[in-house]
Amino acid sequence: MLKDITIGQFYPTGSFIHELDPRTKILITFAYIVGLFIVSSFISYGIVALFVLGCIFVSKIPVKYMLKGLKPLRVIIIITFIINIFMTSGTIIYSLGPLNVTVEGLYQGTFMAFRLVFLVVGTSLLTLTTSPIALTDGIENLLNPLKPIGIPAHELAMMMTIALRFIPTLLEETDKIMKAQMARGADFESGNIINRAKSLVPLLVPLFISAFRRADELAMAMEARCYRGGDNRTRMKQLVIQKNDIISMAVMGMFIAILIYVRIR
Amino acid sequence: MSYEGALYIEFKRGIYMEKMIKVDKVTYDYSNSEKEVIALNNISLEVKQGEFVVIIGHNGSGKSTLAKHLNALLLPTEGDVFVKGLNTKDESKIWDIRQFAGMVFQNPDNQIVATIVEEDVAFGPENLGLQPNEIRNRIESSLKVVDMEEFRHKAPHLLSGGQKQRIAIAGVIAMRPSCIIFDEPTAMLDPSGRKEVINTIKKLNKEEQITIIHITHFMEEAVNADRVIVMEDGDIVLEGTPREVFSQVERLKKLALDVPQVTELAHQLIKEGIDLPHDILTVDEMVMKLCQLK
Repeated sequence: MLKDITIGQFYPTGSFIHELDPRTKILITFAYIVGLFIVSSFISYGIVALFVLGCIFVSKIPVKYMLKGLKPLRVIIIITFIINIFMTSGTIIYSLGPLNVTVEGLYQGTFMAFRLVFLVVGTSLLTLTTSPIALTDGIENLLNPLKPIGIPAHELAMMMTIALRFIPTLLEETDKIMKAQMARGADFESGNIINRAKSLVPLLVPLFISAFRRADELAMAMEARCYRGGDNRTRMKQLVIQKNDIISMAVMGMFIAILIYVRIR
Repeated sequence: MSYEGALYIEFKRGIYMEKMIKVDKVTYDYSNSEKEVIALNNISLEVKQGEFVVIIGHNGSGKSTLAKHLNALLLPTEGDVFVKGLNTKDESKIWDIRQFAGMVFQNPDNQIVATIVEEDVAFGPENLGLQPNEIRNRIESSLKVVDMEEFRHKAPHLLSGGQKQRIAIAGVIAMRPSCIIFDEPTAMLDPSGRKEVINTIKKLNKEEQITIIHITHFMEEAVNADRVIVMEDGDIVLEGTPREVFSQVERLKKLALDVPQVTELAHQLIKEGIDLPHDILTVDEMVMKLCQLK
């Protein structure tokens, strides 16, 4: 049951976007997030919507699948919307006790809700089109120039890779321990929150102990395979910026330029 | 240098090359203030190039500690370990030693680093600083040796135990070692996985001429070795060909070790007065000998 969780929710379709260099995609996503904060009118949102839809179309990921990713966030979006409606001062159009609904509030609320939706859809496009490994490689590569100022780029990437590698292993183990404890009469499902939290202790303690033992063994196995940190290490998969990456960046540049133009017009 | 001098060096090198591993009076002591633990007690051992050595002994006999000395994961408290003539205490040679002497561990899950099979096999060669093309070549040939080519792009956690262990082996042979130390590689596997791994190990020894040091407590796995070493309390107590070692059924029993089932059966039959040799190791042999009885 726990095995079914897909981390990073990679959705391979082999599209133009999937084939891009992970670094390009990470940079474009950052530019996109910045771009979203330049937006100050609904006209710009129209442009953003067109852009995002265009990207989804190119990525061949079903729109339905994309929207499913929004579901867990609907509560946050609705709360943001409501808070903005009531908390913005301006022309009152409706009063509900001490709370006032204002025109500006409605405008602001809708605005914020849209921003959140675009933020989630746009960034999830990154994780949907990039495998977790490619993503870590990209991050390592982008952080590499920051090494002299003490950013441990290789170590961070290695940690992420190992974490990703061990998620299924530890989930499987959790499942096993849970069943073993249930067989001895442990109850994980009933009682109030405090009782439930307490019942997790016999699950977490063995899990932690085993995780530490695994870490120890893995470290030894890595050393036996000549691992000595990032120095002198080569990579099988070399990241290469290709024509398509440059085209994508140019498109992104144009997109940002349009947003800025609409804003200062 | 004179011609004779050069010749002498060539000659000496020849001897060195033949000696894959030399363990010279090694003691390993991890006593602390509370209790005294001597895992290895003045052990000496030599392994020749291309040899298939099996080390048996039960838990706490020091066999895993010995294994970890052979590629400098542990350093001896006293004595020296040489791998291809290099002392494991020489820190500048430690990476060469680990490349010469690869190691496969017990738990397949805890030695696979990457989320895709080929990336994991690439891990060792990447650490050696090889070029991407060479890494790809090595992945291809290593996966071929362990017969796992079709799993190249799969995720390791979806494979069976035996398959995972073969991936781990591929990861080691991709570094082109001359010797591989197997530290109970089959202990966590089911019988079919165990068979896969054992066959792979035999193949490495026969076809790739890799020196094998195999630590196990399954006696059946020792039958095909060139040499069997029995350890007990940090000491080597028995050493010889599988026939020599397993024919000493009583002695092994005293050490709380088993003998292969067939040998045990032969032993019981001999006790009952049936005329059989003491050193029967396989079922086929047993059948042959029994059929010759009149």
